[in-house]
Amino acid sequence: MAPVIEVRDLVKTYDDLRAVDGLTFSVEAGEFFGILGPNGAGKTTTLEIVEGLRQPDGGEVRLLGEAPWPRNLDLCRRIGVQLQSTAFFDKLTAREQIRTFAELFGADGARADAVLDQVGLGDKADTRTEDLSGGQKQRLSIACTLVNDPEVVFLDEPSGALDPQARRNLWDLLEGLNDSGRTVVLTTHSMEEAEALCDRVAVVDRGRLLALDSPTNLVRALDAPVRIAVVAGALDAAAAERLAGVDTVEVDGDSIVLITRDPAPVLTELARREALDGLQVRGATLEDVFLDLTGRAYRA
Amino acid sequence: MSGTTVRSLARAMFKGFVRDRMALFFTILFPLVFLFLFGGIFAGGDETPRSDLEVIGQVSLVDDLPPDARQVFDDLFVVHRTTDREAALAKVRDGDADGVLEQEGDRIVLHFSQADTVGAATVQGTLSSFVDEANLASAGVEPRYTFEAEQVEDESLARIQYVAPGLIGWAVATSATFGAALTLVTWRQSELLRRLRLAPVAGSSIVVARVVVALVIALSQLAIFLVSSVLFLGLRLDASWWLSIPLVAAGTLTFMAIGLFCGAVARTNEGATGLANLVVLPMAFLSGSFFPLDLAPDWIVAVSYLLPLRYLNEGMLDVMVRGLGPGAVVVPILVMLGFALVVGGLSSRLIRWDKA
Ligand SMILES: Nc1ncnc2c1ncn2[C@@H]1O[C@H](COP(=O)(O)OP(=O)(O)OP(=O)(O)O)[C@@H](O)[C@H]1O
Ligand SMILES: [Mg+2]
Repeated sequence: MAPVIEVRDLVKTYDDLRAVDGLTFSVEAGEFFGILGPNGAGKTTTLEIVEGLRQPDGGEVRLLGEAPWPRNLDLCRRIGVQLQSTAFFDKLTAREQIRTFAELFGADGARADAVLDQVGLGDKADTRTEDLSGGQKQRLSIACTLVNDPEVVFLDEPSGALDPQARRNLWDLLEGLNDSGRTVVLTTHSMEEAEALCDRVAVVDRGRLLALDSPTNLVRALDAPVRIAVVAGALDAAAAERLAGVDTVEVDGDSIVLITRDPAPVLTELARREALDGLQVRGATLEDVFLDLTGRAYRA
Repeated sequence: MSGTTVRSLARAMFKGFVRDRMALFFTILFPLVFLFLFGGIFAGGDETPRSDLEVIGQVSLVDDLPPDARQVFDDLFVVHRTTDREAALAKVRDGDADGVLEQEGDRIVLHFSQADTVGAATVQGTLSSFVDEANLASAGVEPRYTFEAEQVEDESLARIQYVAPGLIGWAVATSATFGAALTLVTWRQSELLRRLRLAPVAGSSIVVARVVVALVIALSQLAIFLVSSVLFLGLRLDASWWLSIPLVAAGTLTFMAIGLFCGAVARTNEGATGLANLVVLPMAFLSGSFFPLDLAPDWIVAVSYLLPLRYLNEGMLDVMVRGLGPGAVVVPILVMLGFALVVGGLSSRLIRWDKA
């Protein structure tokens, strides 16, 4: 089957800034696809070109086999888009909001109410949108993109301005989005979010594609050592150096960090010495991937 | 463009409007206050307001009036006798009196203030006719013609008759302009316009929905202002008043086009509001919304021909007060639709979907 989205050598320049600089990737049907990068990386620009909101300066884009630019009303019916800012009609309640969108897409009121329940806003149906919390607004915005039961859903930083609790709630909702074979494309600058949700992640920076793979593969490819931190009193540094499998030891304030590529025997030995109190194990994350790819620390 | 789309969009826009207290205030209440302020002062009956006249010392014109003329004179003027010339002049300057009359030999001098054009004109006109009459009498000439003025609009015209049409024109112009400008700017700012671009919605559906909502608002304004003017301010409507409906409809289109222009050019709400004010407010002054064009200086009258609001105001006066029939609205409506087409066409080229 042909990919749902095909992007080849995509270029977009604003004045002399190359916001998107030769991107190539494709997204398969049913995939949960992430575009990950720091502020200004070109995520929104890329997404909006694929959606048909912007005209590319170069390269080629196919969405569901068709060209999204110029405006293609048939495509509009088959996709759902959440923009980076939540765009609502002024002074309508949540229900009126989603019903209006339903009517525009030719969906019925029952479907609108069902989606509102699905995102957990059933009891906020009669609240004006301006009185909803940030997380509730995001949910409503996502509900509005789902009202036409789209084949492809685009979400631009859906958890951008949310606190950790609201973010996790949102993830629960997003996780199920591609269950029924729907394709989901999401941009984020949260490494954690990409790892939690995405089947594959395109890491972009300054408009260029740095890597494209599943989060696990990206991390594995780093072949980064595991860092095991134990409380300083539990073990002295010299003893730690002599443990089998430990490559190096770092003393970091009141903890000792054992760096190893073979954590299993190290952990067993620590357990035998009853040094497991307050133990922390940290493998490589996408953050390390980013650091490795760019040589810069990741600042979202 | 589809019917259901237009209906959904129009419903959403209309709800947004009636729930916006600020918008309601500026659309209905604010003009209503003006209507009562301007129209209420002299309203309440057919009585022509009497002018206040300060008379310094002896003025034979006033003192030696024959009895029947005296009667007419007293109907028109309230005379205050004084000897303090300075104080009397100050009163006119402050608007507390309409004129000061004094006699130096055979010269009768009227002092008036240009600040109150209506009062000054009335006093000047009436007094000069008394002077003419007195001249004829002192020359021993029997007047050959007698002149009696009778207003076609039965008895005398309450001031509200002139105030209501112009103020309604201004109110309609303001709300149509601001409505269109602010919808465009807020929807662009909130990215709703882009969101709609990603829905199967034709651009024309958005425009048509906005026009429908604007027409409903404008006609509600017309209804509210007319009903309250008739009930509380003594407005008398001429039989062809209903022609104000097509006039207001055409005016709404014109000012929506102007609003779209402001919204297309401005980036922010504040910018759009400022620009719309900059266009509509001076236009209201120059088009006879706040004072009748008949009393305006020539240059204002000349400029007014270039402004669409003039055609709305004068059209409204013609059909609501002057008793003219359908023929009187043809030209104003055509001119306004012409404006709407030109400005609307220009705006549609300038409208952007995106913020940046
Ligand atoms: N309309 C525009 N005009 C000029 N420059 C723009 C425009 N839109 C974006 N840019 C620039 O292009 C670059 C990429 O922007 P883009 O919005 O795609 O980044 P992003 O990855 O979505 O960032 P964020 O995480 O902050 O949303 C940025 O440097 C931005 O300043
Ligand atoms: Mg972005």
